[in-house]
Formats: sequence, C-alpha cells, structure tokens
Amino acid sequence: MSHHVVEVRDLAFAYPDGTEALKGVSFRITHGECVAVIGGNGAGKSTLLQHLNGYLMPVCGTVRVGDFSLTRETAAAVRRSVGMVFQDADDQLFMPTVFEDVAFGPLNFGLSAGDVEERAMSALERVGMAHLRARPPYKLSAGEKRAVAIATVLAVLPDVLVMDEPSSNLDPRGRRRLIELLRTFEHTRIIATHDLEMVVEICPRVIVLDGGQVVADGSTAAILGDEALMLKHGLEKPHSLRHQHPH
Amino acid sequence: MSTGVAGYLEVGRMDELARLDSPVHRLDARAQALTTMAFVLVVMSYPRYEVSALMPLCVYPIALMAAANLPVGVLLKKLAMAAPFALFVGLFNPVLDHQVVTTVGSVSITGGWLSFASILVRFALTVSAALILISCTGIHRLCAGLERLGMPRVFAVQLLFLYRYFFVIGDEGLRMKRSVEIRSAGRKALGMRVYGQVIGHLLLRSMDRAQRIYRAMVARGFDGEIRMVRPAKPGWREVGFVAGWTVYFLAARMWNGAALLGNHWVRSGL
Repeated sequence: MSHHVVEVRDLAFAYPDGTEALKGVSFRITHGECVAVIGGNGAGKSTLLQHLNGYLMPVCGTVRVGDFSLTRETAAAVRRSVGMVFQDADDQLFMPTVFEDVAFGPLNFGLSAGDVEERAMSALERVGMAHLRARPPYKLSAGEKRAVAIATVLAVLPDVLVMDEPSSNLDPRGRRRLIELLRTFEHTRIIATHDLEMVVEICPRVIVLDGGQVVADGSTAAILGDEALMLKHGLEKPHSLRHQHPH
Repeated sequence: MSTGVAGYLEVGRMDELARLDSPVHRLDARAQALTTMAFVLVVMSYPRYEVSALMPLCVYPIALMAAANLPVGVLLKKLAMAAPFALFVGLFNPVLDHQVVTTVGSVSITGGWLSFASILVRFALTVSAALILISCTGIHRLCAGLERLGMPRVFAVQLLFLYRYFFVIGDEGLRMKRSVEIRSAGRKALGMRVYGQVIGHLLLRSMDRAQRIYRAMVARGFDGEIRMVRPAKPGWREVGFVAGWTVYFLAARMWNGAALLGNHWVRSGL
C-alpha cells in the first residue's frame, strides 16, 4: 500500500524575507501510522505541513506522497490523497450550510450528485454531526466546527490526514471526543500539536522539530519521557509520563 | 465570528432566508437573476422626473415577498441600512433644480424635489429586488447561476469572494477596533496616524486570512469552477416566470398605469 506513505527528503525552505523555516528535514511515515509533529513556536511545523499538500512546493528537497512526487503537475492528485485539517476551523468552513461545506470537496473532485450526497452524509455521520447538516457553520460551537472541518476532509476519502493543532480551542469534553474520534481512524495521520497529553494517548511516534530541523524521531514514550531533550527544545515532559501512578 | 460584522448585518439571516422553501425559491437562480435584471433595467429607463409611473412596478417586489414568504421587516431593515447612499446621491437635486414642473393645489413642486423622490423610489425598488434575489437564491446558487448565464467565471468567483471576504475583513476590523479602544484610555479621537496604521494593518491581516481560506478551498480541490450539489434544470416554470414578469414590466413602462387611473380622479377632484 505505497499510496499511504509520506516521505520527506532533505526539505529546506526559506521565506521571501530570508527566514529559514526548514533546513533539511527528512522522515518517512508509513501506512496507517499516527505521528505527532511537535516543537516550539516557530520550529517549522506549519511550514512543513504546508508542504505536505502542495500549498508550498518543495524548492529544495522532495516530498513524496504515495506514488506521487510533489510537483505543480501532481499537486491536484496529492491534495486528493492528503486531507488537511486547518488550525482555525473558521478558515476551513466557508459554505452557507454544514452539508454544502462537506460536499464541497467531493463536488470539486467531479463526483455525481448522488455520490456527493452519500459521501457527505457518511462523513458527517462518521464524526457524529449528521444532525447539523442544515445549520450554517458559523453558528456551531468550536467542538462542532472542528468535527465538521474533519468531515469536510473525510468526505474526499483521503489516504493521509494532516492536522494542524486539532485540539486547540476545544473544551475538555470536545477535546476528549476529538481524541476518541482520531483513535478510530485508520488513515495515516500526521498531527502537529502542542497538546502533548493527546500525543501520549494517540500517537505511538513523535517527530520533534526545532529551528527547522528534525532533532528527534522515535517512539513517543522514549522521546516525551526524556526530560532533558524536551526542555532543550522548548517543550516539557507531559504530566502523565511524570508519575507512574494510574490515572 | 458569528457575533462580528456578520452578526451586525444579519448576514446569517439572508442565508437562512435563502434556505426557505417556496415556489420562488424552487425557481432556477438564472430565471430569478434575469427577471431581476430586466426589472432593474426597466426601473432605470424612466425619465428623471417620473414618480407615479414607477408605482405599478412595486407589484413585483411585493408579490415576490408574499410568494416567497420573506419577512418584510428584515428586508426593510436592510433597505434602511443602504438608504443613506441614495439620500446622498439625490441630496443636491432639490438645491440645484428650482424649475417648477407641476403644481398640486397651491403648492408648486420643483424638478429637484421630483427627481429626488424619483431617485428614492428607484432605489427602494432596485435594492429590494436585489435583496429578494439574494434571499431567494443565496449567494452561492446565484453566482453559479450567473456563471451559467454566461457571466465570465472570474467575475462570478469575484462576486462570491467579495461576499465571503467582506465579512472576514469586517470581523478583523471589529476585533482591531476593540483592541484599540481597550488601550486608548477612554480617548475618543486618536488621530490620523493611529487610524492609518490600524487600517494598513487590517489590510495585511485580511490578506493573510483570505489566503488561509483560499488555501482551505484549494486543499479540497477548488479550481475556479463553482459547483452545485443539484444543478437546477430550468423548465417551463422558469420560462413563464421570466416572460410573464418581463411582459408586465414592459407594459408598465409603456402605459403609465398610475396616470391612467389617477388622471380621471385628479381632473374631477381639482
């Protein structure tokens, strides 16, 4: 199943003002993995994520998603297989109703009306938001917005899910629901986040970025448990790994 | 976002109205757009002193509002919000044009006042027709309809984004205004320099946000074409709607119904 593989090789990127956001990032994520990308603010997480669905094109280095090496020509195909959930759900939801928003992707990918409707409804059911189908997105709560934003992406049937801070701005219950939802997915998942407790719960693997470079890549327990490493890169050992009592 | 400019202008209300179900809502957006265009053209074609002859045209917005179950209050409120523009356009007419064109009893009416009244009536007619059009189609269906009518795609997409980003910019502006107020220690006037900077900053922030929304659209395969879940298939109902109203507008334009009715009454009354 090579089409679920995400491979980044020596990816470097500098913004027009000269800021070097990525300085030679490499990793390989295989089918079905759930990987957290962590790092302080300005570590390069967002820039990396923008390369994964072809919003930014690799100028230096390569990004491979499944069978495609990301270029301008393959960008459309890559976008179809990489579903991107944005940090701010308000940016992602722009249609008058929840249903139309979820149907937006399938429509653009040329499905028939019947298929679009079926896809959209099954994506909404998957995130438990089918009852909101006729509501305007801006009237939803933050948790509902996030779930709908995820549905908009699921409706395109992506192989890979890329999420930028999925648990931000959610109340504890909303966050819990999100974690349970993410746990049920079988997609390859790449999650950029500061929510290290969530990482402990759902991601077996962690990639740590700092200053545009991968400074650690390995098992979550080993990396997040390494207090010296975490502190050095502006992070913190999660509470749940600090004590060995059962929670 | 919900409490920002979108909340202030009740934009959600318009979108909600567009989701109502009525015989008018079920019409193809193209038929509604064409009829509205015909209506606006006819209203605009009247000579500048015409007021009474425009009256038969009021039937169109009133009939549509009734058939589409639109709440009159909401539309009137929107009309009132746009009214200052029309007032400014016509403001100087009474000052500049003193020629007496008609007298009612002993009161002489100047061309300026008459053309001012005419501007207001035309404004009310055309803007309410436009509001009804949006309330019965929704901006998305309307833009898709206009595109299929032959409007260049780039304009249809522009219109869609204009609608979408207007509220985005407005919301950013409200947030910035709030933060300026919080830190301005109660002073009302902050000087041009501050506002200049705030507006410049607003532009940059809105561009960033617009960029993010566009990214979200591209990420889901947006390529410039507006697609609908159920593209409407125009039928005889649509043809009848467009033809019926157009004939009515033209008839109203050619024969002054109000004058025909009124002449007799005025002559015998005075």
